[in-house]
Amino acid sequence: MANVFSNIGDWVGERAPGLAPFYRKHMSAYYAPKNFNLWYYFGVLAIVVLVNQILTGIFLTMNYNPSAAGAFDSVQYIMRDVEWGWLIRYMHSTGASLFFVVVFLHMFRGLMYGSYKKPREMVWLLGMLIFLVLMAEAFMGYVLPWGNMSFWGAKVIISLFGTIPFIGNTLVEWIMGDFLPADSTLNRFFALHVIALPIVLLLLVVLHIFALHEVGSNNPDGVDIKHGPKGNRWDANKPADGVPFHPYYTVHDLVGIGFLLMIASFIIFFAPTFGGWFLEHDNSIMANNLVTPAEIKPVWYFTPFYAIVRMVPSFFGTAVWGVLAMFGAIAVLFFLPWFDRGQVRSIRYRGTGYKVALGLFVVAFLGLGAVGTGITAEVIPKWFGNVDLTTWENLFGRLMTIIYFGFFPFLWAYTHFGWEKTKPVPERVTGHD
Amino acid sequence: MKQWYLSKSLLFLVAVTLGLLVGSFSVQAAEEPELMSSGASVRDQASLQRGAKMFFNYCVGCHSLKYVRYSRIAQDLNLSEQDVMQNLNFTGGKFDDQVISHMPADMATKWFGKAPPDLSLEVSAKGEDWVYTYLNSFYLDPHSPIGWNNTVLPNAAMPFPLAELQGLQTATMKPGTTDVVEKLEISHPGTMTPAQYQQSMRDLTSFLQYASEPAALQREHYGIWVVLFLAVFTFLAYLLNKEYWKDVH
Repeated sequence: MANVFSNIGDWVGERAPGLAPFYRKHMSAYYAPKNFNLWYYFGVLAIVVLVNQILTGIFLTMNYNPSAAGAFDSVQYIMRDVEWGWLIRYMHSTGASLFFVVVFLHMFRGLMYGSYKKPREMVWLLGMLIFLVLMAEAFMGYVLPWGNMSFWGAKVIISLFGTIPFIGNTLVEWIMGDFLPADSTLNRFFALHVIALPIVLLLLVVLHIFALHEVGSNNPDGVDIKHGPKGNRWDANKPADGVPFHPYYTVHDLVGIGFLLMIASFIIFFAPTFGGWFLEHDNSIMANNLVTPAEIKPVWYFTPFYAIVRMVPSFFGTAVWGVLAMFGAIAVLFFLPWFDRGQVRSIRYRGTGYKVALGLFVVAFLGLGAVGTGITAEVIPKWFGNVDLTTWENLFGRLMTIIYFGFFPFLWAYTHFGWEKTKPVPERVTGHD
Repeated sequence: MKQWYLSKSLLFLVAVTLGLLVGSFSVQAAEEPELMSSGASVRDQASLQRGAKMFFNYCVGCHSLKYVRYSRIAQDLNLSEQDVMQNLNFTGGKFDDQVISHMPADMATKWFGKAPPDLSLEVSAKGEDWVYTYLNSFYLDPHSPIGWNNTVLPNAAMPFPLAELQGLQTATMKPGTTDVVEKLEISHPGTMTPAQYQQSMRDLTSFLQYASEPAALQREHYGIWVVLFLAVFTFLAYLLNKEYWKDVH
């Protein structure tokens, strides 16, 4: 039997001589630092969720009807008449939210351990592109069920482009193919959601991983294992502190994947709407351009960015500044490797200023999320009594916006002028979990 | 050193999660402060059956359940085809048909000012407590064109067909106002006691909750096994991982 397999292996090897080296380069002879901690699970978890989205998406597509007249009904058809359709749909809707959970944590890991720094700028840039495409993908996917929140969410988000001077209104009509989100909008969003953006996303993910494997993984100590001593149990010329990705990190990741699947299953089977956060109540009502939901707000993962639009006032007779700020909040992240001039990667050995700034950055992000989801609108009257909500919310939201954007110039100044007092970085990684 | 960082990261994650949870609960609590707790449950099959009876006796004259099939009700509520076709199906639909009311939409619009909405997704859209409270909150209102009003949905276009069961409720307005209801009292008792009526509305709400998401019956049934399987899988993966890593120092 073993002979049969090795014969097949030889047969393939003669005809695809690059395959075995490719496998070695990315799996069995990819030496990853042995000190990865919990934060290093989220990359592979994002891949698991991506695969889930594609597989469940294929099955949803088989029964979904991409038309304004039929979309809403077809989702209920999937939920009720398609065998296991409810499971497929809940896997897809829960996966969408969990995608952002793991991607946000994955990005935060990069910030904490300086994974965006030289020589990994390319990895970071490709990752940021993935994030951008993922947001477009999620937005368009959210419109497809054609519930009332889908409709009004689409209307509000697309209207943001209407703030652009001169061409705004024409642009909005061009995007929608109509004067309101309509059949034509739904059709093009369907095409983009199920084919165009997933292809781009997959390509970017492959490039992201290839770029990583060219330069090697960072680790919680921010130590470059390639520059450390050579020679491990598997190869005399490879980093002493590296272990082959397969099997060491594949079995390691299996544990994390198990935990993710457990959490996901718990949500899918016991709380699929997650209290209205993953599937919103207003989306149980079919799209209706005459009935506006009590409160139009995007799904939770867009709320920090959406809050920025609301917090930036309009001046010079245009509201485009808020929209610019919102896109700027994402664009500025692309340039993080050049804002941060510091040589030390990991937060473990960076100055107190960096730790405080990163903490504030997280607070600002969550604070903006609280503004965007309407939590502040509920909490402020409760905590502070009868105060002017708009004033207080704007005060808080604008402070958070300033902190968010302030992180970047602060980081530049802090590292450029040598104000950062770093701790000595160890020669080698400090062990593993 | 390493342990310290790990625990700090964990602590941070926990804090963020807790913060989000507390935030979300406080939002939900504040949005709907006056709703009664329905106590509805799709797991109580007897309640679902009573609720179905309630729906088909009192509601289907005007309201459809256009996504729900009679055959599915029979299957999910453990009723025979005969039970459903003789005792519940008053619309004349076939066993595999969806529940479509005979009320003509154009006439209904004329009569009530608004066609009675389909109730398939009512609980998903409004929540079971909202539906339950709504059903408990009709009162006589001489100023309303149909003679009824509702505290949960002011100026609702719906007359109150369940009045014979609950009785007639009269509203006491807040002093100094003409349209803010302070409390509702039963001025003419119906055929049910208040406790019986509330139980009936709990049944009806449970049935509508089921109609909103029939899959709820299946997912809770399978969910526990899936999570248990994954727990075993993860534990085995953990052991495998430990075995592989024991010689990495």
